[in-house]
Parts: sequence; C-alpha cells; structure tokens
Amino acid sequence: MSQRITVVEKILGANEQLAAANRCLLDKAAVFSLNLMASPGAGKTSLIEQTLEALGGRYKVAAVDGDVATSIDADRAAAAGAHAVQINTGGECHLDAVMLSQALAQIDLDATDLLIVENVGNLICPANFQLGTHCSVLIASVPEGDDKPYKYPGMYQGVDALVINKVDLLPYVEFDMDYFRRGVEALNPGLISFSLSCRTGEGLSEWTAWIAQQVERQTEVE
Amino acid sequence: MHELMITESLLEIALRHAREAQAGRITDLYLVIGELSSVIDESVQFYWDIICEGTLAEGATLHFRRIPAAMACQECSETYDPKVDLTCPTCGSSNVRIVSGQEFYLEAIDVNTEEAAPSASTYSGAVA
Repeated sequence: MSQRITVVEKILGANEQLAAANRCLLDKAAVFSLNLMASPGAGKTSLIEQTLEALGGRYKVAAVDGDVATSIDADRAAAAGAHAVQINTGGECHLDAVMLSQALAQIDLDATDLLIVENVGNLICPANFQLGTHCSVLIASVPEGDDKPYKYPGMYQGVDALVINKVDLLPYVEFDMDYFRRGVEALNPGLISFSLSCRTGEGLSEWTAWIAQQVERQTEVE
Repeated sequence: MHELMITESLLEIALRHAREAQAGRITDLYLVIGELSSVIDESVQFYWDIICEGTLAEGATLHFRRIPAAMACQECSETYDPKVDLTCPTCGSSNVRIVSGQEFYLEAIDVNTEEAAPSASTYSGAVA
C-alpha cells in the first residue's frame, strides 16, 4: 500500500542546527565572528591583513581560512598576527558548519576576541551554508564589475555588511556605482557598506572602527 | 557544485521519515526548489542515482517543483520577475522585497508500507 508522508523539512536543516551550536560556543566565549565571502581575488585575505594591522594588537584575533588547497591564506593571516587555522575543503566550494566546528576545536575561544572566517572564494555556494558566525560580510571589488548584485542575488541578499574594495581603481575601470548600489538596495535594503581600498588604505578606518564597535559590544554582553 | 552534500542530506531526511513510518520502501520524493536557491536539478539527480543504491530509497523518483523568483515593490505593489532588472519595472523604485524563489525543502515522500522494513543492519549500512 502506498502512503504519502508529509515532510516539509529544510534540506540544509542539519547544517543550520550545527551552525546554531557554533554560535552558542562563540557567544559563550564572547567572541565576535565574521564570515567573509567574496569571489576569488576580491581581497579577502588582504582585508584580513589590513584589519589586523589597523587594530594593532588591540584584540586577540583568530582566522579560519577555507580554501580548496594550500595554506597560503592562513600563512598570510598568521604573519599578520592572527592565530590561523587552515581548512582545505578538498574540492568543496564553500565552508559549512561542520568544517567550522572542527576549526573552532583548534582555537582557544576564551583567549579570542575576534574570529574572522575567510570562506572559499565563490559567489554562489557559501550563501547557502550558514556557519553560525555573527556577521556575514560580502567583499565586492571594483574590477569585478557593477553587475554582480544582479548576477548573484542570493549572495547579496543574505549578508549583513558589504565591503566595496579596490575603490582606488574606480577611475580606470567601468563601474557604475549608482547601478551597483541600486541592485544592492533592491536585494538588501539598508545594508551597511564600506567603500575602501586595501592597497591605499582609503576608507579602512571606518571599517575597522565598525569592527571594533562590534567586538566591544560582544564583550559587553558577557 | 555542492549538490553531493545536498543530496546526501536529502537522503538522510527521507530515510529518517520512512523509518519513523516503518515503511518498506521509498518510491517518490517531492522537492521544492526556488529559482534563487542555486541548486541544479540535473546535478541532484546525478548524485541521487548513485547514493540511493542499497538504501530504502533505491530507484525512487525525484520530483522537482520549481518556484519562480518573484519580487514585490513596496512602493507601488507591483509583483514582477527579477530576471531583467532588480528594481521595480513599473515605478523604478529599489524599495523591493524578494517574495519567492528562495525555497529549498523536501515537501513529502511516497512510501510503500506493504514491503517489510529491512533489518536494522541494513539501515545502518544504508545510512553509511
């Protein structure tokens, strides 16, 4: 006899439960955490380096770097002063909550103020997998083009903050900032954004001030 | 690209519900996938054919219900397909919201309750 069973269950529900457990761990240790997402080459690692330099040892920072292969990014984050953990995803195009929980086990969270997770460079898949971090940050970069919100709505729609990197290249490339911002606003109304250049340092202070504010707030909660 | 993991999760959910119903076999799965959820039917089907082997769901048919993307303008109430532009085609406002297209869940499964449920050892083998 055939029978229909109503399920109505989110297919990534298991990942979301584990993400919630990660969040619990981070909150308990009063760690503020960021999930940096961007296409390859947008400047995720550079932003981590510049942020660490600007914060100048004010906070104890841990970095989790997700890449398909190599430890280049973790090495750069470590050189900039972070306790760095590399995750090689072995071909997976994104980090998920399981990978982050394994990385968290290698970090002394009680001795950490700020956790920066550098996701795999990709504008599609990371948007679907919650990690449990407090804030998802998308880094767009000027040379990528102004049409990215229109092409990757899932990514732009799901983030909590936006960094527009490489603004020093605006005079040299075709990038219609109004068109770009209209797309962002449609997908994610009121999204907080920071225009900066990791190369020249322009705009970085607003970004790092915001990070510091979030870290302080998380520490106060404790 | 991440469809293998998604398909494994799908199998796990279906097997769990079938077990609870003490079903002998899963014959059909009904998936709801929003257009904006960046999941490709063909890719899920490809992995499904491989991973369902040797489980209660072996040979089960996947049914995909696609939900088109839709946005609604908060200024003029126009509902539209955001394929061409994200801003409202009627009034040009960017005060808009995504109203559908992000769904991604298993809606239901059809099971056959006549065939006896395999022994526990078969289950553990199937899940691994």
